[in-house]
Amino acid sequence: MSRAGLTAADAGLVACHACGLVMPAGSAHDGCRRCRAPVHQRKPDSLQRTTALVLAAATLYIPANVFPIMTVVSFGKGQSDTILSGVVAFIDAGMYPLAMLVLFASIIVPMLKLVGLTFLLISVHRRSRWRPRDRTVLYRVVEYVGRWSMIDVFVISLLAALVQLGSIATIVPGIGATSFAAVVVITMFAAASFDPRLIWDVMEEES
Amino acid sequence: MDDWTESTPGIPVMDLAELVACHDCDLLQRRRPLRHGERARCTRCGAGLYKEQHDSLDKTLALTLAGVILFVVANVFPFMSFSLEGRVQECRILSGVMALVADGKWVIAAVVGLASFIAPLLNLLLLLYVLLPLKFDTAPWKLPASYRVIEILGPWSMLEVYLLGAIVAVVKLSGMADIGLGFGFHAFAGLIIVTTAAGAVFDPRLVWNRLARVT
Ligand SMILES: [Zn+2]
Ligand SMILES: [Zn+2]
Repeated sequence: MSRAGLTAADAGLVACHACGLVMPAGSAHDGCRRCRAPVHQRKPDSLQRTTALVLAAATLYIPANVFPIMTVVSFGKGQSDTILSGVVAFIDAGMYPLAMLVLFASIIVPMLKLVGLTFLLISVHRRSRWRPRDRTVLYRVVEYVGRWSMIDVFVISLLAALVQLGSIATIVPGIGATSFAAVVVITMFAAASFDPRLIWDVMEEES
Repeated sequence: MDDWTESTPGIPVMDLAELVACHDCDLLQRRRPLRHGERARCTRCGAGLYKEQHDSLDKTLALTLAGVILFVVANVFPFMSFSLEGRVQECRILSGVMALVADGKWVIAAVVGLASFIAPLLNLLLLLYVLLPLKFDTAPWKLPASYRVIEILGPWSMLEVYLLGAIVAVVKLSGMADIGLGFGFHAFAGLIIVTTAAGAVFDPRLVWNRLARVT
């Protein structure tokens, strides 16, 4: 089998993740000699860490969707909103672009991250040789898109700050919001702990 | 620089500084000169590897300084106001965090505080701390550690996401009360433009090239 090129690992080299310096793997025990960041040929325990974080996020994803993210108390009456009922409220009000935005940020993005990372984990675990370039692009999408699911958390914090008019109207964040914020943070850590180079390592081996 | 003498068959001995390893697929590639504004991509997986920017240091410094000023303005002036039945409630960017803390919602308060205040502010200040001395040919104390903090904080600074959240909040409340956008809101929008531009013109290689020159 002909190889497209040589990887740093094959050449006995390692690249610093923080500053990009390429150095011989043997000289990198004390970290990068330029920026002193810890240097690893592959992110340590990438598969185990990512798996644990994905499982934790998937578990918290349930309370995040079941419990209210906030309660609006107005003139003594309370009305609770879940993530989904927030989207439905926008649709009922005819605000379709906003409904799409919240649907995308709060429901589709977290799902895409969990499903995408699970797929990547399984494919690497099974030593798949299928479309490595497309899987790498999938990884980059998962990594980039994650921050946008924070929109709802920011909305809740602003509403809690603005709507504090005592008995007239008050907005209180719920357990769902805490769980949802935790899901977003944990999936960001999960994406960061996955090493896309594992997708390519199997391609280096003879088939 | 140093020679990579542990020669592997098929690869000639070369200067390690000429090599770049793709962070997404680990393919070794030789650096080639780029034109202004160009970006080198990995030949195997398409990841962005490095870019070329003229006057990167001066441009990044100017934009970061503007960013610090806009950050202060955005936080000092009211961000939004909410009026209902004659009562007006104003908020600043940190008001949300304080309301959450007062409510005992520590997790969300920490996440919002980090993403909308601490990470963007530290990023701006540390970038100034690293680049300003380099501009005058000296190295700041603990430059490598400071630079690493900038790299680590990067993904947690979410100004543009926060702005979108603010727009959603405005629309959500518009049916219930009168919402006004304060001066802080406009400064915040400017801050996003300036920091995005700074990220686009900043070439991290300049930090290490300058550092090697002054030490
Ligand atoms: Zn380094
Ligand atoms: Zn690559």
